[in-house]
Amino acid sequence: MKTFIAFVYKETLHILRDYRTIMVLFLMPVAQILIFGFVVTTEVKNASIGIWDQSKDNASLQLIQKIESSGYFNVENYFINKQQIDAAFKSREIALALVIESDMGAKIMQPGGASVQLLADASDANTAQILVNYCSAVISDFEFQQRLLPNNKSIPQVEVRMLYNPYLKGVYMTIPGTMAMVLILISAMMTSLSITREKEKGSLEVLLISPLQPHQIILGKVAPYVVLSMINAVSIVVMGIFVFDMPVVGSWFWLFFINLLYILLSLGLGIFISTLANSQMVAMFASMFGLLLPTILLSGFIFPIENMPVPLQVLSHLLPPRYYVEAVKIVMIRGGGFLYMWQEMLVMTVFLVLFLGLSIKKFEIRMK
Amino acid sequence: MRTLIVLLQKEFLQVLRNRMMLPLLLILPTVQLLILINAATMDMKNLKITICDHDKSSVSRRIVNELDASDFFLLSNESITVKQGLAQIEKGRVDMLVVIPLNYEKDIVRNRQPSIQLFANAVNAQQVQLGYAYLQQVLKRFGGELQLENAELSSKKMINVTSSYWFNPELNYKFFMLPGILTILISIIGLFLTGMNLVREKEMGTIEQINVTPVRKYQFIAAKLIPFWVIGLFELTVGLIIGRFIYHVPIAGSILLIYGLASVYLVGLLGMGLLISTFSNSQQQVAFISYFFLVIFILMSGIFTSVDNMPLWAQRINIINPIYYFIDIMRGIMLKGSGLRDLWSQVISLIVFAVAFVTMAILNYRKRG
Amino acid sequence: MDKIIEVNNLVKKFGSFVANDNLTFHVEKGEIFGFLGANGAGKTTAMKILCGLSKPTSGRVMVAGNDVALNPEKVKSSIGYMSQKFSLYDDLSVVENLRLFGTIYRLSRRQIQDRTRQTLSRLNLYAERNRLINTFSLGWKQKLAFSSAILHRPRLVFLDEPTSGVDPVTRRQFWEMIYEAVADGITVFVTTHYMDEAEYCNRVTMMVDGKIEALDSPSALKQQYGVETMNDLFVKLARK
Repeated sequence: MKTFIAFVYKETLHILRDYRTIMVLFLMPVAQILIFGFVVTTEVKNASIGIWDQSKDNASLQLIQKIESSGYFNVENYFINKQQIDAAFKSREIALALVIESDMGAKIMQPGGASVQLLADASDANTAQILVNYCSAVISDFEFQQRLLPNNKSIPQVEVRMLYNPYLKGVYMTIPGTMAMVLILISAMMTSLSITREKEKGSLEVLLISPLQPHQIILGKVAPYVVLSMINAVSIVVMGIFVFDMPVVGSWFWLFFINLLYILLSLGLGIFISTLANSQMVAMFASMFGLLLPTILLSGFIFPIENMPVPLQVLSHLLPPRYYVEAVKIVMIRGGGFLYMWQEMLVMTVFLVLFLGLSIKKFEIRMK
Repeated sequence: MRTLIVLLQKEFLQVLRNRMMLPLLLILPTVQLLILINAATMDMKNLKITICDHDKSSVSRRIVNELDASDFFLLSNESITVKQGLAQIEKGRVDMLVVIPLNYEKDIVRNRQPSIQLFANAVNAQQVQLGYAYLQQVLKRFGGELQLENAELSSKKMINVTSSYWFNPELNYKFFMLPGILTILISIIGLFLTGMNLVREKEMGTIEQINVTPVRKYQFIAAKLIPFWVIGLFELTVGLIIGRFIYHVPIAGSILLIYGLASVYLVGLLGMGLLISTFSNSQQQVAFISYFFLVIFILMSGIFTSVDNMPLWAQRINIINPIYYFIDIMRGIMLKGSGLRDLWSQVISLIVFAVAFVTMAILNYRKRG
Repeated sequence: MDKIIEVNNLVKKFGSFVANDNLTFHVEKGEIFGFLGANGAGKTTAMKILCGLSKPTSGRVMVAGNDVALNPEKVKSSIGYMSQKFSLYDDLSVVENLRLFGTIYRLSRRQIQDRTRQTLSRLNLYAERNRLINTFSLGWKQKLAFSSAILHRPRLVFLDEPTSGVDPVTRRQFWEMIYEAVADGITVFVTTHYMDEAEYCNRVTMMVDGKIEALDSPSALKQQYGVETMNDLFVKLARK
């Protein structure tokens, strides 16, 4: 036991003495959460729209006015032909163009109605559809206002209650996702380098010869990082709460516990990578590549999992971040307790045991 | 010159001989390109809802059918009471509860403006907003039909909206993701691996042996950087091939331009990697500092979420974000056939970035050695 | 006798810490010069200056006819060096390493081929020339490293603790290689911890706390200080 503690102490000293890494380790999650909380949003705001107004009458001007004041769009430019629109798309000046055909004011009152075209830059298919929808909605509203008839009373009204997120804050989705990404990447990266570094420097033999047991070595390498990562987790949660007004509806204890679980499994994953990798570059490449994109894309962070093709949904079940994101949302936003999250926690525990177990196994093999 | 060549040979041999590095470089990017491209879809489909129909009139049944038939909603079940419905939301079984109140039909006929109630799990705000909008559309369309039936003044369409999707008429979101994922992959290579490789010799002590020889600093650095430039372009090629032949992503513009600009982009990243390495003593430091910038740049670049949606200060930061420019360039050339003239501002920014970083890196390297 | 290294009043300071305190000595062409001293005595610092790796704070240092402060690059071209930690790249083969360093030192392809064959044959390693360095034992690595260091036939070669961690038999063989090199006209500047190796040198110097405490042939020094072995000499001087 004493040997173990001495080992952990030595590892901790190593870490603390590398002040540059420490700085990055602490600043990074803070900076990232801040940036992502404010930046990564799928809400539509100030989308650049261009207009080709062939009518230039009162009605079209009113429509344009309405679009500008909707908050969704910024009218970037006015065009007079299709080539200009094409060029504007190609240089990414605008994402959507509205073509208002001539004599709008007059045609509106006639049986055929007036016509407008929405031209969308569909290279970004997702945004294009969203923008078309939003713009159609604004046009629809405009249409409403033009009617001076009492018909509009028959349109069904909808009363909405937004649960858990009354102000429809986008951050409720992105903050848990960002937490998942930041924590797993940093934790895995940290530990993935630790054993690999010793391999590269040749000091691994020293460890193997020492009286330390494989499980002690693995746990000893992981231990110092647990504290570091927990500090990160705490700072992220604190910022989520104070800067982004994330609620903590559920119990603090479970929030803490989930984070601890996730951190341990991430650290375990990193250690496992480091038992396999033969150089630090390999370890880093594997953890970066292996984790960055899948976490961003498959954890439900930005793109909803339900909409993905089934094989990918299955794949997403293999990713720890997915369960963490779910659990965090349940605890923080929905206020659920153990009963609601036990599945997610169980899966995370399985991952944890798996990674640490495999690492210890690998080490044991090495010793023989 | 011979020195540079023989140094390059050494570097290539060292990277490629690493039994793990080579397969990782080949397999991981390929696998990710093949699989992950399919992930990025915002098609809102199958939003799970439950309906509580207190009215049970023909109008309300028609509403229920409309919602059920819509692609957008997946009618899980019908709830008997509002409480049941809410419980399902709480348990996460459905995302929305639609409540049709008693006497709905009667009130509609009498023009009393009854309301349908919607309870939504709004954690995913965007999903809910779209859900709400869709619900509105369904109901409006439905209301239009009702009006016709009630023989009121026909609700003729006053404004016909047609939409057309340029460059990607089938709305294939994969077209959108491929350049994005490809950019990320070559960025990791250009930035991460370069920096780490540079520090590796420092860390392992082999740099002493080189320092003592007549090898000039520029030769040493060039030999360290060039291999990753090559590997980066190689990955680009692999990605383009996968994109073209497996996903049928078009390459509407000039391939030469893609390679040319990708080369400039890589040079900039290499410069950045070199700069970071001059501030680091260990591969770990390089890794973390690079990670920091890389992830921020990626998420802010517009690859996953539109830049237009970002607050002004974020858009300002993007001015120094090379990925932001490059992703425009990639998507522009590949999907829209943009040329130099269209992308000139992005190209200039990329060049400035490359020159600036390489210069800073060299200056700092000279100082710190 | 030609002086291949001339050091006059070399001072090297790091901030206020004086690593080399007014060193003055010279090395004659063709001799084996031993540079001894405890760790931290300033050996490595001085050697780095001699190799053109760092600049003196003050004083004049001429190596192979070049001033290290003014022409470090010329100095580097005319010397060979074998570092303590490492000399050859583990993940490259013997020939790849020799080709690398040969090219760096401006040997022609022909010359590299010929000398590689010569050197490897002498070591009986020609058949293993395509093996990666990390497959060799430490003793062989060091021998190969030495061969690489003198491949370009420099006039002067620096050896930093070349026999660290190597068994006595290999050490003997290594010193035989050194003698052969000296017979070929190469001057050898060697630092070592093994005091018995000091006996193999023509002259040695002992550094203590940044200063030269002794400089002469081993026998002269032993007589001067009244000790039997260089080890005793070291202990005596280092204790002061």
